[in-house]
Amino acid sequence: MEKLIVTVAGLSLIFLVNWYFLFSKGRTKQAVLGENQLQEVTVRVKGGYEPDVIVVKKGIPVRLNFYRDETADCSEIVVLGEWEIRKPLPAFKTTPIEFTPQKEGEYVFGCGMGMLKGKLIVR
Amino acid sequence: MAVDPVCGMDVNEDKAAATSVYRGKTYYFCAIGCKKKFDEHPKTYLKTAEGAEEKKKEKIQSGGETESPINKDEEATKDRIDLPVVGMSCASCASTIQRSLGNLKGVEKASVNFANSKATVLYQPQLIKAEDLIKSIRQSGYDVGTASIEIPVRGMECASCVQNVEKALLVTRGVTKAAANLATEKVRVEYIPSEININEIKKIIEGAGYKVLEIPHEEEMQDIERIVREKEYKILKRKFFIGLIFALIIFLGSSSHWFPWIPDFLNNFYVLWALATPVQFWIGRQFYKGAWGAFRHRNADMNTLIAVGTSAAYFYSVAATVFPSLFSTAGIDPKVYFDTSTIIIVLILFGRLLEARAKGQTSEAIRKLAGLKPKTARVIREGREQDIPVEEVVVGDLVMVRPGEKIPVDGAVRDGKSSVDESMITGESLPVRKKTGDEVIGATINKTGSFRFEATKVGKDTALAQIIKLVQDAQGSKAPIQRLADVIAGYFVPIVISIAIAAFVVWFVFGPQPALTFALLNFVAVMIIACPCALGLATPTAVMVGTGKGAEYGILIKGGESLEIAHKIDTIVFDKTGTLTKGEPEVTDIFPLESQAEDAILRYAGSAEKASEHSLGEAILKKAEERKIDLVDPVDFKAVEGQGIEARVDGRSILMGNKKLMMDRGIGIGELENRAVRLASEGKTPIYIAVDERLSGLIAVADTLKENSPQAVEKLKNLGLRVIMLTGDNKKTAEAIAGKAGIEEVLSEVLPEDKVHEIKRLQSAGKRVAMVGDGINDAPALAQADIGIAIGSGTDVAVEASDITLIRDDLEGVVSAIELSKKTIKTIKQNLFWAFIYNTAGIPVAAGVLYPFFGILLNPILASAAMAFSSVSVVSNSLRLRRIKLGQQGER
Repeated sequence: MEKLIVTVAGLSLIFLVNWYFLFSKGRTKQAVLGENQLQEVTVRVKGGYEPDVIVVKKGIPVRLNFYRDETADCSEIVVLGEWEIRKPLPAFKTTPIEFTPQKEGEYVFGCGMGMLKGKLIVR
Repeated sequence: MAVDPVCGMDVNEDKAAATSVYRGKTYYFCAIGCKKKFDEHPKTYLKTAEGAEEKKKEKIQSGGETESPINKDEEATKDRIDLPVVGMSCASCASTIQRSLGNLKGVEKASVNFANSKATVLYQPQLIKAEDLIKSIRQSGYDVGTASIEIPVRGMECASCVQNVEKALLVTRGVTKAAANLATEKVRVEYIPSEININEIKKIIEGAGYKVLEIPHEEEMQDIERIVREKEYKILKRKFFIGLIFALIIFLGSSSHWFPWIPDFLNNFYVLWALATPVQFWIGRQFYKGAWGAFRHRNADMNTLIAVGTSAAYFYSVAATVFPSLFSTAGIDPKVYFDTSTIIIVLILFGRLLEARAKGQTSEAIRKLAGLKPKTARVIREGREQDIPVEEVVVGDLVMVRPGEKIPVDGAVRDGKSSVDESMITGESLPVRKKTGDEVIGATINKTGSFRFEATKVGKDTALAQIIKLVQDAQGSKAPIQRLADVIAGYFVPIVISIAIAAFVVWFVFGPQPALTFALLNFVAVMIIACPCALGLATPTAVMVGTGKGAEYGILIKGGESLEIAHKIDTIVFDKTGTLTKGEPEVTDIFPLESQAEDAILRYAGSAEKASEHSLGEAILKKAEERKIDLVDPVDFKAVEGQGIEARVDGRSILMGNKKLMMDRGIGIGELENRAVRLASEGKTPIYIAVDERLSGLIAVADTLKENSPQAVEKLKNLGLRVIMLTGDNKKTAEAIAGKAGIEEVLSEVLPEDKVHEIKRLQSAGKRVAMVGDGINDAPALAQADIGIAIGSGTDVAVEASDITLIRDDLEGVVSAIELSKKTIKTIKQNLFWAFIYNTAGIPVAAGVLYPFFGILLNPILASAAMAFSSVSVVSNSLRLRRIKLGQQGER
């Protein structure tokens, strides 16, 4: 009996872990169009990205201001694969990253090792 | 109309948004906000307003006192500005600028002085702005020596504040441009350093009612990170030592069966619990903090693994301590694993400690480079030497350097001679001689003489600044080899947690008794051994150390990708002129006819060529100067198109040129013709000389090989590379030079625009090609090649088309670069191998796969030791690259 309980509990836990870390969605933020004709969002980097889902409009230049609020090495580099951007983020400093999304879709961005993840939704 | 004392706007008294009475006087405001500010600090604003007026008066007076081509009275109602002009090479440039300035509307008078490179303009500020004057000068093809700076400002809250700051700056003499940014809270100011300095600019912004923050220097920003890191390191160290003491006591207490002399109370579960708790939650706090931070963002990292793994051991032990009966009734011996949880935490802290120390050393190269930056410069302005911060040096400044001093910026020597130690930038260990016209690099050290030079590159354009930027970018990049590891890492942690849970279930269901204990220990072991830290460090640390090492040798590598491709190169193509050879012809042989002496021939030839502008003539002139031969000015100089020259020297007629010229004039060349043919077959250009219609000698001129080209080619061949020379020369000349360099394969008579096709052709034959050339003429070929190596760039460090830039004009650098890439990639491969063994191959062992066959289980403590040392071994392996010596490989 207890073996069955442990097995079922274990399997559900495995399912939960994978769903939560790999497939669930986080907080969403819409980029605002500033006076400088840029869609700007400030992203705080500490053990992850805040916000980690960013919604932007197609065809308008985007500026993501990454503020790295830690020295932990994991977040040292940010990668936006779609735009071939790979940039080091100095700790306690804001690093702006600019690009113009041309195609609609969902794009993943993350740290150099792909452990921290965020999503950019282009509409 | 009144003026708002806060923002300076004109306000209609009847329509003012607010008023205030101060010391009996009524002040009008454009907005409530301004009134509020005024009421809080009325003095500040009144002072500013008065100050501005006083300054205006001062300006008018001082303008008249200086020796100026524009007189006092004219200036009283107008504004005057002195602009330093860069790029004037003659007096006619001055009049061009003067004319174009004079034609502008609002300009009363413009006078441009060529001697002191200054444009003095009297203008009506309401009609034209200083900015427009500068624009006009730039449009006429010259530049104005301005400096720019970004100043962080606090207190700008609205768009009108932005205008206030900009206005206050723009009315100030010496400021040419001001742009405030509300979002970044920064003001970008372009200014003329001779008119105003940074402190004065700060005062103006403060005078307008805003707070100026300290202007951060690039290095200082890095310092913040360093300070925080150092603090963290100290805390880590303290925690580790305290944890170590606790762990030792807990270990002894838990293993009392081995150590019978241990007092009994240490074996008590409650005592062990009390000891383990601070380790778990105080010393191990960073793991919980990190894990929670990541969890909130739906991420899982190594902190998650450690926190979950040790917590499992800890809480199981707590349960066994508090409710032992629960375990006993289930038929399990209530055991505690406080030693496991504590020792894991302490060991991992130890690993981090070592890692932090080693990692600090990987970025040493950048710190060293940043430390080279000079602080001050001694410039000559208005005829006086003055020491100024290096940030204020502008292009065109004349800079004075004395023996033993650091050269502050890049430039060209104007007068004086010296030798300069350039090792810190180019890697060249011997001092380099400098004379008028030579390029000097900022941050290098002047050795023997004093000289003055004109600044050509300042601020972020200097070679040093560009090198730092290039190396920083390269260090942030990764080699493609790492990408697979990256992809794995993204899914790694959730999968590891899944495996750990699965191991728990399998051991619990199928394992031997006590099943729960086995299940727990294996769960913890899997979690702990799988921390993917070493995997993540494998490439970046090696790339950082490798690129840093390159910079030390004057080899700048664009990124991890370039490093990786460079080691796979099998074919290397050299451009001939300027790459294998010196790029400037020189006299190689002199054959006087019987009665003549070499120097006599050279004297006639040199004197005649004095009037020539041909590069062959220059070579002869240079040789004559080298031999200290007194030359005279030629008379009746005439160039014979495509054939040679004729002139009269000391009353004798001199004729110099090719065979055709001699034949046309009916001069016999019989005796020397064979020799000339032989010289031509060696790739040299023979020049006949006739004095008074009689052949008197032969001079051969050729573009010669650089001294160490043959050695470099040989080393490359020994490295197993196919070496090819590419040139536009005819086949004979090309083969002669290639033969001397030791190159068998020659692609000759290739037009410059066809170089790209030759590279493509090699590539389509399946070759991985490196192209070595200069960054300007060969740019397309460099870009086409798998690896473009730009050579001898001097201060033009950021060569767009190249993947590797060699600052020094020396082919040995090519060998070193390839060697460095081979060594770095080898290190990366070793790192990845070890990381993989520790992190991935260790998982099944930790899960107990080997147990049914060999009875092998991985103790969680051993797992944590392996984990801690995997990172350390990877980083130390990368650090080994620091000690390599380049330039030895390929030698036999």
